[in-house]
Amino acid sequence: MKQTVLHSVHESLGARMVDFAGWSMPVQYRSIIDEAKLVRERAGLFDLGHMGRVRICGPDAEAFLQKLQTNDASKIAPGRIRYAMILNADGLTQDDILVYREPADDGFFLVINAGNSDRDLGIMRETAKGFANVEVIDQTEELGMIAIQGPLSQKITSELTDINLGELKYYAWARGNICGFEGAMSRTGYTGEDGFEFYLSQEATLATWQKLLELGAGDGLLPCGLGARDILRLEAGMPLYGHEIDESTTPYDAGLDFAVKLTHDFTGRAALEAQRAAGETRRKLVGITSSERRVPRQGYSLHVGDKEIGKVCSGGASPTLGLNIATGYLPLEFAEPGTEITFATRSGQVPATVVPLPFYKRER
Amino acid sequence: MRPNDRKYLKSHEWSKTEGDTATVGISDFAVSHLSDLVFLDLPAVGSAVTAGEPFGEIESVKAVSDIYSPVSGEVVEVNDDLPDNLDTLNSDAFEAGWMIKVKLSGESGELMDAAAYEELLKAEAD
Repeated sequence: MKQTVLHSVHESLGARMVDFAGWSMPVQYRSIIDEAKLVRERAGLFDLGHMGRVRICGPDAEAFLQKLQTNDASKIAPGRIRYAMILNADGLTQDDILVYREPADDGFFLVINAGNSDRDLGIMRETAKGFANVEVIDQTEELGMIAIQGPLSQKITSELTDINLGELKYYAWARGNICGFEGAMSRTGYTGEDGFEFYLSQEATLATWQKLLELGAGDGLLPCGLGARDILRLEAGMPLYGHEIDESTTPYDAGLDFAVKLTHDFTGRAALEAQRAAGETRRKLVGITSSERRVPRQGYSLHVGDKEIGKVCSGGASPTLGLNIATGYLPLEFAEPGTEITFATRSGQVPATVVPLPFYKRER
Repeated sequence: MRPNDRKYLKSHEWSKTEGDTATVGISDFAVSHLSDLVFLDLPAVGSAVTAGEPFGEIESVKAVSDIYSPVSGEVVEVNDDLPDNLDTLNSDAFEAGWMIKVKLSGESGELMDAAAYEELLKAEAD
């Protein structure tokens, strides 16, 4: 199994390690609920070394990205980041990614899902054949990736870097001196809180992890695992590949229209135009809450009366709401907020209610 | 060392026999491994349990797990307070956290004594 540069640190902290897309990753150091609360109230530190990191450069970098993905790369300003999809020719989702234009405008950087990175790199190398001057460089092994997430993130991080964090906007990134090393960081995350993600050499990743824990000790900063990250992203209504989106969904099915710009000729565009021309989708991704004890989980069926109307995409116990929450695709006639439904466990049907997404939105 | 007045299954349930009755629960290791417990489903008094078969369900934030019976027989008493007080399992899995009492008709051939169970836990930690 692949290990991040922080692997021995996690083990010495007593983390429970799990196989995540071929990587040995910490799922929790303490209680998942306590870790999730810490991120909502103070700040938590995450190892994201499993995420794929790819540099795209050369004179054709922008033209290559216009073919590869759904957002309009020509509209991404230097130092800015956009959410996008890689589709197949049928418009079905191969991955959801972040596209970063280099602050110095000399290329792009992509962060992709660990579980899809081999396929993504294959698609990128195939797509690159259509362009004379583009280079696809897999930096996943060369760079580490960690994140600090939570309302105290900026306070804790301000002493770490010469980058002006007050001016670093949401979905922007910068290069500079970070913990004594040249590196990059962005104001992004997957928790619904303010925070930063770091893209640093392996050596700098280890040093920055330790330094942030030191700087944040007085504010309660602690390492948090992928278990907390998953419930935090679900509360914030952020899709996860393999749950809300996969090879059976288009971006329109998932309500991710904002990631698609029909301004350029990306793979899958014709299929999306056809879907749009055919009219509205027949099903909608909704939120579901339940105040019962049973937790709705991926794959559980959803019902109205005796009729099965869908399946749970993601589910979990929300520490922030004090409810169990889930997502699922429902036929439009059952997708109205307030609709009373049930989910099936082995020991019976459990009452639940359709609600709008996201479950949680921080105050800005 | 876990209590040596009882026997253990490798799926982390324990059973303590007194006369013709066995008290059944799960170990502190199971409780800590599950972490963040949310739900416990126990059988009713009068129902039958079979050694090696599930008799209940325990759910944590992470997953739903079956609870296997170390013994066969009829359930004669259930710790009805436990599902509403899951913290009891965190604080006292071996006494106050008992789950059911069974009028014995047989027991699993795979039961271990406390020393063997400790060895198993050591092996799982590596």
